[in-house]
Amino acid sequence: MAKIEKFANPTRFLRLQEKVQLWLVAITVILFAVGLYYSLVKAPADYQQGETVRIMFVHVPAAWGATMVYAVMALSSAIGIIFRHPLADLSAKAAAPIGAVFTFLALFTGALWGKPMWGTYWVWDARLTSFFVLFLLYLGYMAIWQAIDDHHRAARIAAIVALVGAINLPIIKFSVDWWNSLHQPSIMSMKGSSVHSSILIPLLIMALAYSFLFLTLHLLSLRAELRKHKIRQLQMQAAKRV
Amino acid sequence: MKSFMALLKRDLVLAWRQGGGVGTAVGFFLTVIVLLPLGIGPDQSLLQRIAPGGLWIALLLSVLLSADRIYQADYDDGSLEVLTMGAMPLEIVAAVKSLSHWLTSGLPLAIIAPLLGFLLNLDTSLVFPIMGAMMLGSIGLSFLASLGAAVTVGLRRGGLLVSLLVLPLYVPVMIFGISASSGGLSGPDVSSAAMGILSGITLVILVVAPFGSGAALRTYMR
Repeated sequence: MAKIEKFANPTRFLRLQEKVQLWLVAITVILFAVGLYYSLVKAPADYQQGETVRIMFVHVPAAWGATMVYAVMALSSAIGIIFRHPLADLSAKAAAPIGAVFTFLALFTGALWGKPMWGTYWVWDARLTSFFVLFLLYLGYMAIWQAIDDHHRAARIAAIVALVGAINLPIIKFSVDWWNSLHQPSIMSMKGSSVHSSILIPLLIMALAYSFLFLTLHLLSLRAELRKHKIRQLQMQAAKRV
Repeated sequence: MKSFMALLKRDLVLAWRQGGGVGTAVGFFLTVIVLLPLGIGPDQSLLQRIAPGGLWIALLLSVLLSADRIYQADYDDGSLEVLTMGAMPLEIVAAVKSLSHWLTSGLPLAIIAPLLGFLLNLDTSLVFPIMGAMMLGSIGLSFLASLGAAVTVGLRRGGLLVSLLVLPLYVPVMIFGISASSGGLSGPDVSSAAMGILSGITLVILVVAPFGSGAALRTYMR
């Protein structure tokens, strides 16, 4: 715990973020370049789905990313509400828009893939519905931050909303096992993966690329949030002096 | 326990005497049920098929309609602050408020729903499954509504936000509520299993929602 607290000091965080930012951007770009090359050029086309299978290389990592970002958000909210740590509150706030975009991307690419494969853009089955609920949860979470003026109050209320919504995460994960879903079951399990390495390796590179993209954007927008907070405080002080 | 009953009695009396409490919910419910066949067209077999779903959607909307008023009046006139000072923890206060919301919206609606179902050509064998599933499910709906109301109590225009926050959480109740209501149509095993899951979901909500509401109210009382 002591170690985490060391990095949670805002000034120290800003210094560290400045140091790693360029590296993170570079790693993200390289991972995306390699991942996209392998998934769009090198990976074989599916014998049934043809070239459409390549949508999956964008879709699956986006869906993984969207749930991961929510987990980060819920964890930050829990830390914020238990230890009253200001950086944790801001971390949850900064994660939400990124997660919402990932969720939208997963839904959108899924619809594009669904049209030629399932013959429809959208079906109301368990996996798709629970994922749509995830999107609504992100929107509600962001709306709370918008609606409440007082920062500390907004942080507490938003954390409650995020934690209640976290119930949805296991539902998304297990929706394909619990219900007869049109969506294919998970390809990753404790026993390993059910897809061939020529598909799996580009997929994992893409997943890593998405993770680094999130890390880069998250730290960057955390920095922006800290600055915004500081500006607000300075404005308040200036207003008091007048 | 004494203060629990006292608060419950106060809320029920207020809801009854202020007028508009039970009446608005029932009236709104009736309006939706009447508008539904007008929008869809008077095809009897189609209406029969969508009757359970229509009733559930009307129930959801009616419960949501009165949601933002669960704490609003008490917050505005300061009674909520008095309750904060009292011996009863805010979590229990939230549970009492949710319970009285259920008694004045969910329960009466669940009782009259099958009656209005005849307007939708509801299959008579479904009357009791629907009533049971709605009574059980609407407890969960009321407790979730109270969570949404508590989270937005200090905001001036919280009403819209309540729907955005609460509707995603209504999804599981709605899904299993409907499959429990469809009775023998999709096989007796399916509907009794759905009834079991619906009870489970309601129990989880009963435990989680008061704590969330209590924490949110405490934040606003500070």
